[in-house]
Amino acid sequence: MEKETYTISVYSENNVGLLNRISGIFLKRHVNVESLNVSKSEIDGVSKFTIVIVENNENARKIVGQIEKQIEVIKAYYHKNDETIYQESALFKIKSSLLFDERQIQNIIKESNSEIVTVSREFFVLSKTGRRNEVDAMHDLLKPYGIMQFVRSGRIAVTKEEMPISALLKEFNQN
Amino acid sequence: METLKAKNKETKKTTMKISGAEAIIHCLLEEGVDLIYGYPGGAIMPVYDELYKFQDKLTHILARHEQGATHAAQGYARVTGKVGVAMATSGPGATNLVTGIADAQIDSTPMVCVTGQVFRHLLGSDAFQETDIIGISTPVTKWNYQITKASEIPEIMAKAFYLARSGRPGPVLVDITKNAQLEEFEFSYEKCTGVRSYKPVPKPKVEAIDAAAELINNAKKPFIVFGQGVILGKAEEELKALVEKAGIPAAWTILGLSAMDTDHPLNVGMVGMHGNYGPNVLTNECDVLIAIGMRFDDRVTGRLDDYAKQAKVIHFEIDPAEINKNVMSDVAVLGDSKKTLELILPKIKENKHDAWHNEFKEKYKVEFDQVINDQLNPTKEGLTMGEVLKEINIASENKAVIVSDVGQHQMFACRYAKFNQSKSNITSGGLGTMGFALPAAIGAKMGAMDREVVAIIGDGGYQMTIQELGVINQHNVPVKIVVLNNEHLGMVRQWQELFFDKRYASTVMTNPDFVKIAEGYHIKATRISKRENLKAAIEEMIAFKGPYFLEVCVEKEDNVFPMIPSGASVSEIRLK
Ligand SMILES: Cc1ncc(C[n+]2csc(CCOP(=O)(O)OP(=O)(O)O)c2C)c(N)n1
Ligand SMILES: [Mg+2]
Repeated sequence: MEKETYTISVYSENNVGLLNRISGIFLKRHVNVESLNVSKSEIDGVSKFTIVIVENNENARKIVGQIEKQIEVIKAYYHKNDETIYQESALFKIKSSLLFDERQIQNIIKESNSEIVTVSREFFVLSKTGRRNEVDAMHDLLKPYGIMQFVRSGRIAVTKEEMPISALLKEFNQN
Repeated sequence: METLKAKNKETKKTTMKISGAEAIIHCLLEEGVDLIYGYPGGAIMPVYDELYKFQDKLTHILARHEQGATHAAQGYARVTGKVGVAMATSGPGATNLVTGIADAQIDSTPMVCVTGQVFRHLLGSDAFQETDIIGISTPVTKWNYQITKASEIPEIMAKAFYLARSGRPGPVLVDITKNAQLEEFEFSYEKCTGVRSYKPVPKPKVEAIDAAAELINNAKKPFIVFGQGVILGKAEEELKALVEKAGIPAAWTILGLSAMDTDHPLNVGMVGMHGNYGPNVLTNECDVLIAIGMRFDDRVTGRLDDYAKQAKVIHFEIDPAEINKNVMSDVAVLGDSKKTLELILPKIKENKHDAWHNEFKEKYKVEFDQVINDQLNPTKEGLTMGEVLKEINIASENKAVIVSDVGQHQMFACRYAKFNQSKSNITSGGLGTMGFALPAAIGAKMGAMDREVVAIIGDGGYQMTIQELGVINQHNVPVKIVVLNNEHLGMVRQWQELFFDKRYASTVMTNPDFVKIAEGYHIKATRISKRENLKAAIEEMIAFKGPYFLEVCVEKEDNVFPMIPSGASVSEIRLK
């Protein structure tokens, strides 16, 4: 079966041990986690893990089943790229002198739709949000001039389909 | 019962200021626990001090190794259906629990383990006997939690018991720092009735029940394979009703054994690696395979791409993660087995499948002539494990709880032991833990004092937890211990014979005098090695009122057959 990129969204109770439990499931099956992001979700007190893996559909389904089984997991979903709206963020730290010495840098900033977060005497910081290939392209363009520091976040995603977590939680309260 | 309930209500209302350690005892009592297994040490001493004070209400049995405590708790849980409890100190005490916890996880046994932990302020500092038991036990527990302040104790303990026993049961570990045991707080207890992110039992869907009923009603060669889910769901009666109403031959997985009388005419035996010939071969000839409370373990299915490919598969299962995990099902009936079987029964048409059933009987004849007869009515000189089981069946009238260890003797025990009562076959199925049987038999006996409990153990596995004879001695636990001594790690030797050109690497054992060892523990002990003494020896053992040790010196190089070699399909099962 062909491998594809899947975005796994896990709604859970806030819990210290859960990350360990979830990562253990990937570990056991030798599945590499391409990116992982944990944040609050649209529901008060409910956390959301956004995990990206490259796997075949069957394994993705089994992994999600085993994640969902964990006690603190309310619900887990998995989606293909075209079923989600997704982005990553990146920060580039660059020598300030380059802003003046290298005309081309200003063009890159403009054309890549990135933002200058801060400028100091020594360095300035660019922030770029977008798809992985856009971030990578910008990285490639800046690299020849020297990047002092670079960091890219995990993927964050929302799905086109509804994720009825509130209804699930309500159901629990009624029982 | 009434007064107990009333009392519980009272303690719920009136709070009292007590230590965390005392609170743990109250939590256990609130959960109906009156027996626990464990081993003390520094980080759990405050709790042991309370155990001393509460010894008239709560019995603590000192195992001789923490692994023994877990297996005893498992044996107790498996025979009673209640939650078993094991307790240990931090560090090595806690790590010694891990094998039993992993065993309980893979065999879905409800168990709560309580471990002591170093003081909160020492956590993470590599303190004396500090070990990250939460990290270590995470992959092998249903849930675990570290309590670092006393006020968390009631809620976490209530949750631990609820999670261990509800839905698909499993082990839960609660680690309690020493400061939390010493702190005082206002105690009040409320039982846990739900956790919002946790759905223990999926609601059965009418469409699934209907689709399953239709497949079953139209089947020409239906075949049921049932597992421990029937026992855990208390669905033995419903299973029997389904089998009888629809006239479907039914076979069991190793953990499903005893859910249905072994002598029931429609009980056709065991599936899996050393299961019976008919049920294995005919798995690949049935037209509808009805799996009930089983998880298509690889020891059951053999090679998956040649497993029941011709059949429509119906899977009755409580755990959604098991659906389509190993075998794709055409109809998945999610829910508690008792409930789903109850729902489907009225929709099942009465039926008989005599011709199909006869195919099982014919296959049995083949197996009997080529395998079973030589085991049960041997003509060779050495004693067979099969004939020992046969004599135990006779002497105990099929009523005993049989606790088996892991190896050839386990397969012989599961193949030849007979049962007419559920929850009677206790063995380590999923993990295959040598050393399981002796402590598990202690737990089983203490959980069912009115029943005969016979442990069937190999000479290898016996030496892994032999120290638990100390418990039998101290508490006079009347278990019957049968060691089937072949002077080998028999099962491994069998594989070496068949697949490694008889290169017997480290499978021959020079054994101690087992009779003397048992006698050293003041346990009555006998050894036999001749057929003429077998019957009387077994009768004497069963009739004996106290603990009893019987060593049977059996044929040294016997093999268990039939056998599905690993990587082979169920159709390729070998009779020799
Ligand atoms: C703790 C553990 N270690 C190793 C094994 C692998 N193993 C499975 S069966 C077996 C041999 C068991 O020998 P014995 O207890 O004498 O039983 P027999 O097969 O001879 O009846 C071994 C070593 C195991 N299952 N468990
Ligand atoms: Mg042996």
